[in-house]
Amino acid sequence: MAAITDAAGAAGVGARFRTCPVTGLKVERQAELLIRANAVAAVVFLLVGGLFGLLVALTRWPAVHLLPAEWFYIVLTGHGTNVLLFWIIFFEIAVLYFASAILLNCRLATPRLAWLAFALMVIGGMMVDVAVLQGDSTVMFTSYPPMQAMPHFYLGLILFAVGALVGCFIFFGTLVIAREEGTYEGSIPLVTFGALTAAIIAVFTIVSGAIILIPTFLWSLGIISYIDPLMYKLVWWGLGHSSQQVNVSAHVSMWYLIAAIVLGAKPLSEKVSRTAFFLYILFLQLASAHHLLVEPGISSEWKIFNTSYAMYLAVLGSLIHGMTVPGAIEAAQRKRGFTKGAFEWLRKAPWGNPAFAGMFLSLVMFGFLGGITGVVVGTEQLNLIMHNTLYVPGHFHGTVVAGTTLAFMAGTYLLVPLMFRREIMFKRLAQWQPYLFGLGVAGISLFMMGAGTLGVPRRHWDITFSDAVIPYEFSPAAILMMTLNGLSAIMAAIGGFAFILIVVCSILFGKRVDGAEMRKRLDVSPLAGAVGQYGSAGTIKLPGTIILVAVFFVAFVLYYYVNWKYLAQLWPLR
Amino acid sequence: MAIHPPEQRLWWKEHVERTEIIWIAVAFVWGLIMFSTMIAWHVYGRQNLANEAYRVRPEAYVAKVETLAATYKVGEDGASGVPIVRPPPGGDAYLLARIWQWWPILELEKGQSYRLHLSSADWQHGFSLQPVNINIQVHPGYEMILTMTPSEAGEFGIVCNEFCGIGHHTMTGRIRVVEKGEK
Ligand code: HEM
Ligand SMILES: [Cu+2]
Ligand SMILES: [Cu+2]
Repeated sequence: MAAITDAAGAAGVGARFRTCPVTGLKVERQAELLIRANAVAAVVFLLVGGLFGLLVALTRWPAVHLLPAEWFYIVLTGHGTNVLLFWIIFFEIAVLYFASAILLNCRLATPRLAWLAFALMVIGGMMVDVAVLQGDSTVMFTSYPPMQAMPHFYLGLILFAVGALVGCFIFFGTLVIAREEGTYEGSIPLVTFGALTAAIIAVFTIVSGAIILIPTFLWSLGIISYIDPLMYKLVWWGLGHSSQQVNVSAHVSMWYLIAAIVLGAKPLSEKVSRTAFFLYILFLQLASAHHLLVEPGISSEWKIFNTSYAMYLAVLGSLIHGMTVPGAIEAAQRKRGFTKGAFEWLRKAPWGNPAFAGMFLSLVMFGFLGGITGVVVGTEQLNLIMHNTLYVPGHFHGTVVAGTTLAFMAGTYLLVPLMFRREIMFKRLAQWQPYLFGLGVAGISLFMMGAGTLGVPRRHWDITFSDAVIPYEFSPAAILMMTLNGLSAIMAAIGGFAFILIVVCSILFGKRVDGAEMRKRLDVSPLAGAVGQYGSAGTIKLPGTIILVAVFFVAFVLYYYVNWKYLAQLWPLR
Repeated sequence: MAIHPPEQRLWWKEHVERTEIIWIAVAFVWGLIMFSTMIAWHVYGRQNLANEAYRVRPEAYVAKVETLAATYKVGEDGASGVPIVRPPPGGDAYLLARIWQWWPILELEKGQSYRLHLSSADWQHGFSLQPVNINIQVHPGYEMILTMTPSEAGEFGIVCNEFCGIGHHTMTGRIRVVEKGEK
């Protein structure tokens, strides 16, 4: 067992620390417990939401058509809320606490309040789930008026958001304490900087959410008589889209974190990586426009400026990380001696370590599946051929599932030994898990986008229109896409359940690990502990990364203009 | 490492490698190109939204669509009984979204331009013209107008792609495009 030192004198009453044998960081007891609690809640909501996702996909597979219509829409509402909000945000709170208290060797600010925030989030989340399953709140997670849910649906969301907001402020408070008590030297680490970006955007996001959800709650109680549907969308997506940028900041931080712990990778340039994060803060708020590109009465000037985040400056941030993360990995691998050709570093990467494999798959798929398609669907005119088709869920399963969720899963393989001090069980299954889930999600993403390109609507129970008075028939290709989507969903679900099984069993029954043994079991770089000392990674040549980035760029440009070509064949519109 | 404070205290004064600078420049220029493409399409492209819209009371819009449908009605769809309406070429065509149908069936002439009006009587709906694949959001309280020029003849389906309640998946409609002068 690691040494537990009582540092109460220096760091306030009740702050008890141990030293982490892998990273050498000081770990405070309350911070550790809160990270555990939030991570466990996240995984529970992932289980619920993931199950709902599978049911949705099986219903949308025409030959299976599992659920009746009413349940399909209920379960779809539950899927969106449980995975997009509860799983992701609980995990992000854990990341925030880790990036502040743990990485800065500090105690967590106001742990009591942190437990209160946790309780609010759990109660809020459960309240929403009850409302949804009662069946009177089938409004999808976007809850567009004039369609109305039960008051406790909105109230649950508000409580959850308040809890998350408190979590953000505890993060800020911890940064202040760390600075005042001098628990680190110089500037905060890059991962903490990324988390700070996420937390700042999260505050903006949650305030937008409050501005729109509180009146909507009052409206559901009959106190306010009218909510303008267009206004609602504008403000709601200030919450809905900006929170995706919270996810991006958090999972990019996770990439840097995993690369650092597993490979001892250090950023090519602190300056470049930090500037890229900073671009997120400056420009991401504008993205609400992505959801208003084909709404009535909004000027094209406004749409073009906002949808492109003022000339794609936030996209620029992601493009930069897209190079600096693999670049940092290549540099670290070359330092370890994998210098042959352009790609020995990649071939000899620890592909059997689920933390690394998940992280790298997340990086690649976020770029190719989520990133490129996000820019395309967010282009003013191109949105006409995609808005509200299955292309949209296809795109964001590339971002928030292949990107964020997979990165968080990968991070969990480090979190379990570091924070729960348990060994990962079912090693073999764990090795395969990122590939199973990753491939499944790649399928969901691609086939939903394929179906969307053929016009298949999202959130739709029956694309054969068997009950419609005016029939319409989609092409057999569209039906095929939905079938392949169903098959991929099964694979993703198996990968998802494998993850939950591994994590839950490891936490409950895993062998306790400690000391030097833990480093071995984690499969981390022997350099990892000492890496703080070696020279700037930026001085190394990175041919592999340059090739990867070039391939990505060519794919981006081609796919972008292919879609313009497709648009040009449409009926003329003015 | 990314989990330790930066080695150089003044990280913002750090020297940046050329590879990174080149990629940042390329990515930045690409952003400008994409930005300009949207603007250029407003000048040279033929598929843009006009963004003309007015506030309207849903009842008033329903009344308007019903009056015009009565004026220009040319028949009825056999199976559904929905009126078929043939607005004057070059004129205004009105389409109503309501739970759960697109009403009425419009008959348009190929190559003619129509000012298509869209609004909803109740929830939000999603106008999705198939297989052409034109998708536009329809709100209650807002009347959106776009000028559309059908460029191929045939029967086209309208499906709803904004969730609008339990009958969402039964919400369909139709646009017929006929050759000029054809009945
Ligand atoms: C086993 C894994 C998953 C499967 C099989 C799956 C499948 C699906 C399917 C088929 C849809 C329905 C699209 C539609 O009918 O409109 C959907 C929607 C959605 N999914 Fe997933 N998904 C999975 C995991 C996730 C995760 C982890 C997240 C978020 C982190 C997520 C976020 C969403 C959201 C936000 C929607 C939109 C709901 C709506 O339209 O209201 N999914 N998913
Ligand atoms: Cu509808
Ligand atoms: Cu609908």
